[in-house]
Amino acid sequence: MPVSVRTFQGAEEAERALAASRTARYFGGGTLVMRAVNAGDQAFDTIVRATDPRLRQIQLQGDSVVIGAGVTMAQIIASRDAAFLAPVAKVIGGPAIRTVATVGGNLFAASPYGDFAAALLALDAKVMPVGGAPVPIGDFLDARDREPRRLVLSVIVPRPRDSRAFRFVKVSRVKPKGVAVLSIAALLPTNGGRVSGARVAYGAMGGRPVRALAVEQALEGRTLDEQGIAPALSAATDGINPQTDALASEWYRRQVAPVHLKRLLLDQRR
Amino acid sequence: MTRKPLQFQLNGSGKAIFVEEGQNLLEALRRGVGDLSPKYGCGQGTCGTCTVLIDGEPHLSCLTLAETVENRAIETTAGLAMGPQLHPLQQAFMDGFAAQCGYCTPGMLMAAKALLDRNPSPTREEVVEAISGNICRCTGYEPIIAAILAAAASGGGRRYA
Amino acid sequence: MIEFRKEYFADERDDTLNEIGKPTQRQDMLGHVTGRSPFFDDHLFDGLLHLKCLRSPHHHARIRSVDTSEAERMPGVRRIIRARDVPHNLNTLLSLMGFGLDDEPMLADKKVAYVGEPVVAVVAESERQAYDAVAKIRVDYDVLPHVLDVEEALKPGAPSVNPTYPANTFTYHEKYDHQKLRFGDVEAALRQADHVVEGRYQMSPIEQAPTETCGAIAAPETNNRYVVYTSTQALFFSLGTAAKILKLSSNRMHFIGGTVGGGFGGKVDSIHEPMAILGCMLTGRPVKFIWNREEEMQVGAPRGAERWYITDGVMNDGRIVARKFTGYFDSGAYTRLSSYAIIKSVGHLPGPYTIPNVSADVYCVFTNRTPATAMRGFGITGVDFAIETHMDKVAHRVKMNPIELRLKNAYLDGDMKAHRRLAKNTALVECCQVVAEKAKWSIGPEYRAMSSLKGGGGERAAIPHTIIDNRGLARPASGLGSYQPPPAPGYTPTPAYTPPSYSPEPLPVRPYEPAQAAPPPAAPSPTTPRPAGNRFSSISGLRRR
Repeated sequence: MPVSVRTFQGAEEAERALAASRTARYFGGGTLVMRAVNAGDQAFDTIVRATDPRLRQIQLQGDSVVIGAGVTMAQIIASRDAAFLAPVAKVIGGPAIRTVATVGGNLFAASPYGDFAAALLALDAKVMPVGGAPVPIGDFLDARDREPRRLVLSVIVPRPRDSRAFRFVKVSRVKPKGVAVLSIAALLPTNGGRVSGARVAYGAMGGRPVRALAVEQALEGRTLDEQGIAPALSAATDGINPQTDALASEWYRRQVAPVHLKRLLLDQRR
Repeated sequence: MTRKPLQFQLNGSGKAIFVEEGQNLLEALRRGVGDLSPKYGCGQGTCGTCTVLIDGEPHLSCLTLAETVENRAIETTAGLAMGPQLHPLQQAFMDGFAAQCGYCTPGMLMAAKALLDRNPSPTREEVVEAISGNICRCTGYEPIIAAILAAAASGGGRRYA
Repeated sequence: MIEFRKEYFADERDDTLNEIGKPTQRQDMLGHVTGRSPFFDDHLFDGLLHLKCLRSPHHHARIRSVDTSEAERMPGVRRIIRARDVPHNLNTLLSLMGFGLDDEPMLADKKVAYVGEPVVAVVAESERQAYDAVAKIRVDYDVLPHVLDVEEALKPGAPSVNPTYPANTFTYHEKYDHQKLRFGDVEAALRQADHVVEGRYQMSPIEQAPTETCGAIAAPETNNRYVVYTSTQALFFSLGTAAKILKLSSNRMHFIGGTVGGGFGGKVDSIHEPMAILGCMLTGRPVKFIWNREEEMQVGAPRGAERWYITDGVMNDGRIVARKFTGYFDSGAYTRLSSYAIIKSVGHLPGPYTIPNVSADVYCVFTNRTPATAMRGFGITGVDFAIETHMDKVAHRVKMNPIELRLKNAYLDGDMKAHRRLAKNTALVECCQVVAEKAKWSIGPEYRAMSSLKGGGGERAAIPHTIIDNRGLARPASGLGSYQPPPAPGYTPTPAYTPPSYSPEPLPVRPYEPAQAAPPPAAPSPTTPRPAGNRFSSISGLRRR
């Protein structure tokens, strides 16, 4: 069947069109949808787009920043209010991808993509669906692939009080850009030099971004030095089920995760 | 099959074509307009041979819905030269042997132009970053990086107007 | 930067060259930087049709039935092409030169033998319509057991992959199930060696991955000809193959190419043109057949994987007196260029070394993998990886500097090579010396003083008394294209390879004695007429003996 394109001015209308058709797919930046169109993907025949200006806004709201789901990686990099997310956005694809790839698209991107979503998970973001109440991102990711599909309006991201507390690394074979073998996002607030309430999330280490709960628990009350992080490194992949895909095997991911986690926790930039 | 009219600027010239619904910009440029300079390499956004500039920003035309470029300004390799005179980037690629099979070259040139138009004196790291979305299977990249730096040194960046 | 070491072979070279060593501009560079270089797809046709294939999802399956009725009714479809539409539906490139049997269908008929094998082709007004129609074709497959390992494929009871070669090996010289190389008496020399060093080496298949995917556009041209724009690296190969498959005289085709967006060998053995031309013949319109990226990576023929077993007999002082090879090339489901790759590799053995006793048995094995073809030095690069890794292993065993070990065994000008040609223009010695210098590995003065021009020939030019055998006579082919029934149940894969133990008899160490020199072959006299017939070289025994 030929592909048809339906563009709506309002996000609500777009969501209704999406919900009404099992063969419709939402076009964020197009990086994944057009790839499927180019390959003759038979699973959908309708592309739904929304030009709603709310989708492209970045606004401060108290201690958080509200980022429209249609905001691109390039916009994040250029933004002052979302500057703490620039290191993440900078490693999502090459320059031309970043011109169009959206925050919302990354939320729904199947593994091994979705590194930006992993960062949002570590930052304890909330997802604001169109016409709904904010949902904690962990709950959102759990229910993400179920029907009925919701359209995301924006994400609400608490800004880290200490910029050094938020760290992110994307590990890929091709440098400087390439699909992730794994990515690690870590929010490491400290109290008197000891970790308090860490959140650590992996990308590309399973079907979707996941929190490394065992690592978080092992970091509680510890110092961020070699001795302090040792228990966390031992628990690096506890409760995690990495996938085997064309890039790396499960075994390989389990082997290298603690290596990269160590460098991240010790803030060893390479 | 619905066909929609589409108007845009291509290398400074007004174009008006019809595109199929759902058609990508790469096909619209190649077959709709007849500009064969951007290439098909993957259709997946990983190789960069289809790179064009839209309003000065690099885009992968194979992932761009043609209808989204209504009234926008597109630049391709076919429009780089100024009459018979090559753009400094093109000259630098020639002088530096920065092409072998030539298939990645149009995409590389557009990625490089996007960089130099915004940043006329990039560092080597910035050049590598700018072409990080373009794959070359022949040269090993070094001649391309050197050519872009040489073009920058010879004043190849223009302030984007 | 390139460093020229002109002190080597200085008197063999005339240094007044005008082009070599000078940065002469490429003739196509202006086209490349202006985007005007005409790759095959850079040609516009009104009314262009698009061809896409339905491909096998199975490694190995019998085709019970194909139903294209719904596909034929899909919008924009102009023609569906089946196996029965192909005038000569079996091909191998080198049957054009009398080397090998046509074995690969352009469209699978009775069975599929690798994931991605094309079964049906759809020609439609747009790419999307072609894809949509392909999705509506129903194929009823009877999945068969498959084999993906070269040694497993040679075991009795293994699934038979290729109907033209039912025993899963290419037949060499219409006689043997492998290519042989025999020089001297390897078994005797191994028994007399101080050490026996064994190794097993495995390579993966390697995808050429050019930036431009493979494809062709065929269009009706004047004078009842077809013009064909193609990505091929080898216009005349492609022309001959198209003529064969389509039973079309070559003067009815006008092939235009030569602008290749990266080939690396993957566009030498191309099979796009016959498909595009057939589409054009059957519709009367221009037809484009291009691989998308996934097809390029999965279906496109890679450099074939190789597995090598090398056994060396070495003396304490580092002289390698015997080298035995068993090699397996994974040709995938069809022959393509693997048969020829093995001829190349066997001509290369034992590597750039003079070893008095050499034997090789090299198998071109059919498995249910993607058929393999050429890539950058194919036939040589794989076995060289094995040989050079093995040399390091040997050096370790005799506790010798690995560069000195290579120098000690290096071939020199005038030496007889294992495939009975005299070595000339050798330079391994000089390469090793420069490598040692660059890597700052010291080598002894006798090694620093060596030269490729000194010490070769003489006794080293002799062809030794050689032991030959008739092992591995191929079973007669059961007939071209006939389907083999699946093997009897009970086929089970065996455990992984463990090298056999080898215990040479404890003989006293003896100094190396060259075999009784056979008279060297008579040099061809200038007045001897060349044999008539095939004007290709004797690489594969094509020259009449």
